[in-house]
Amino acid sequence: MIPAPFTYHRPKTLGAALRLLQTLGSVARVLAGGQSLLPMMKLRLAAPAHLIDIGRIAALRRIRAGGGRLRIGALATHSMIESVPAVRRWVPVLAETASTIGDLQVRNLGTMGGAAVHADPAADYPATLLALDAEFVLQGPDGARIVPASEFFQGLMATALRPDELLIEISLPTAQRVGAAYMKMPNPASGFALAGVAASVALDGDGRCRHVRVGITGVASAAYRARHVEQALLGQEPTDEVLAAASAAAADGVDASADLHASAEYRRHLARVLTRRALAAARDRRRSGKQGLPSS
Amino acid sequence: MSEVASRISVAVNGTAHHAEVEPRLLLVHFLREVLSLTGTHIGCDTTNCGACTVLMDGRPVKSCTIFAVQADGREVMTVEGLARDGQLHPIQEGFHEQHGLQCGFCTPGMMMTGYALLQRTPNPSEAEIRWAISGNLCRCTGYVNIVEAIKHAAEKMRSAPAPAGGRS
Ligand SMILES: Cc1cc2nc3c(=O)[nH]c(=O)nc-3n(C[C@H](O)[C@H](O)[C@H](O)COP(=O)(O)OP(=O)(O)OC[C@H]3O[C@@H](n4cnc5c(N)ncnc54)[C@H](O)[C@@H]3O)c2cc1C
Ligand code: FES
Ligand code: FES
Repeated sequence: MIPAPFTYHRPKTLGAALRLLQTLGSVARVLAGGQSLLPMMKLRLAAPAHLIDIGRIAALRRIRAGGGRLRIGALATHSMIESVPAVRRWVPVLAETASTIGDLQVRNLGTMGGAAVHADPAADYPATLLALDAEFVLQGPDGARIVPASEFFQGLMATALRPDELLIEISLPTAQRVGAAYMKMPNPASGFALAGVAASVALDGDGRCRHVRVGITGVASAAYRARHVEQALLGQEPTDEVLAAASAAAADGVDASADLHASAEYRRHLARVLTRRALAAARDRRRSGKQGLPSS
Repeated sequence: MSEVASRISVAVNGTAHHAEVEPRLLLVHFLREVLSLTGTHIGCDTTNCGACTVLMDGRPVKSCTIFAVQADGREVMTVEGLARDGQLHPIQEGFHEQHGLQCGFCTPGMMMTGYALLQRTPNPSEAEIRWAISGNLCRCTGYVNIVEAIKHAAEKMRSAPAPAGGRS
C-alpha cells in the first residue's frame, strides 16, 4: 500500500520545526516514530501534503532527572522508556507500561510523545501518565505551556495540543514515595489494551492511603481518572476488602465503548477487576519497597 | 502535488548507497526495488507480521512502516548481510538444521530478529526468545522449531565467538 505523495521536511532544530508548522498550517503533519501515522497514511486515512519529520531533533530525545521531576523528551522511544536506568529507577511503572506495548519492532521506533498525541482510546501510556500526575509541555509560536494529564486527554484521538504546537516533553514528579502498577488485558491480536489500569498509592505513617491515583484506558473514548475510587480510599487502610469495595466504582458514570472485541459491560467489568488488582499491586509494592520491574 | 525527490544515503549491509527517492517510498520498496535486495519480504503490509523486519542501527524495525528518507544516514542490515563469503551465518544454519521453516516466507524477518537478540543476549532463555520474536508471525511452523533454530545459533555462536559472516 502506497501513501499519497507529500513534501518531506526534516528540521534540525525545534525552532525550525515550529516555524514550518506555523507556515504550512493544517496541510502539514508531524512525523515522530511513524508507528501510528504510517499505517494511517498507507490506508490513506491520512494524506498530509507536508510531513515534518522531527525524528532528528536530538534535544527532544533526552531524559533528565532533577529538581524532583523526571523530564522525558517527546521522542523517547518505547524501548528507551523500557530500559533507561533513570526511568526504571524513578518511575518503574512507566517502564512496565512501555514493555507491554505492541512488539519489539514497534517499541524500537514508536515514541511516548507520538503515543500521547495520537491518543488512541486503547493506548497504554495515558493510564499511567494520569496515575503519575504527568505534565505535558506544549511549545507553540508564543512559547511553552504546561498541561496536566487530567486535562490533556480530551476525547477520541483528541488532546489539548493545538495545531501550531509540538509536544516537547512529558514531566513526572519523583519526590513522593509511591507504589504503582499497570495491569492490562491486551487484545490478543494487536496487543492494544481492551482495558488497562494504572494505580499509584502513597501511605501515611499508620499505613493509610495518603494519595491515590487511578488512570484507566481502553474502556471509554478517552483515558480517564477514576476519581470515585481515589476519593473512597483516601484515609483508609488499603485492605483487600477495602480495595475491592472501592474498585466497584471504577467505571461509574463512564460511557464505556462497545466494539467487536468487547461489549461495554465487559469493558466495565474489566475496569473494576483490573483496578482492584492494580491497586493491590501498588499497595504491596509501596509496603515492600520493591517495584516489580520488567526484566530488560 | 508539490512533492520533490529527496537525496538519501543509506549504508546497507556495509555498502553505502546513494539515491534520489520519492519521500513516500517505503524502506522495504527501496530495498527490494531500488537495490534489488528481495530477501526482505512483504507479508501483511499493515505493520502486523514482521516479515519485513530489517535492522536499523542494529535494532529490528518493520521496513514496511518506515520511509526510506527516514533511513538517510543510517545503517541498515538485511538478510542478505548475514552470510559472508558463501558461508552461512549460524542463525541461518540454525534454521536449516532445526527445520525452522516450512514455506520460508517469515524466515528472513525471523532471522533478523533472532540475530539482533543474540547480539545483545548471547544466551537467551526460551522465554526471552519467544518474547523477542513476538512481533514476527509464522503461519506454518507453530514456532517450536524457530525457537530451536535460535537456540542452535546461540550455542554455535558461543562456542565460536567470532563466527564467519554477519556484522554486529
Ligand atoms: C502493530 C502495532 C501494535 C501497537 N500496539 C500498541 C499497544 O499495545 N499499545 C499502545 O499504546 N500503542 C500501540 N501501538 C501504537 C504505538 O505505540 C505508536 O508508536 C504510537 O501510537 C505513536 O507513536 P509514534 O512515535 O510512532 O508517532 P507517529 O505515528 O509518528 O505520530 C502519531 C501522531 O502524533 C503526532 N505527533 C507525534 N509526535 C508529536 C509531537 N512531539 N508533537 C506533536 N504531534 C506529534 C503525529 O502528527 C501523528 O498525528 C501499536 C502500533 C502498531 C503498529
Ligand atoms: S509486511 Fe511489514 S509488518 Fe507485515
Ligand atoms: S515458514 Fe511459512 S510463514 Fe513461517
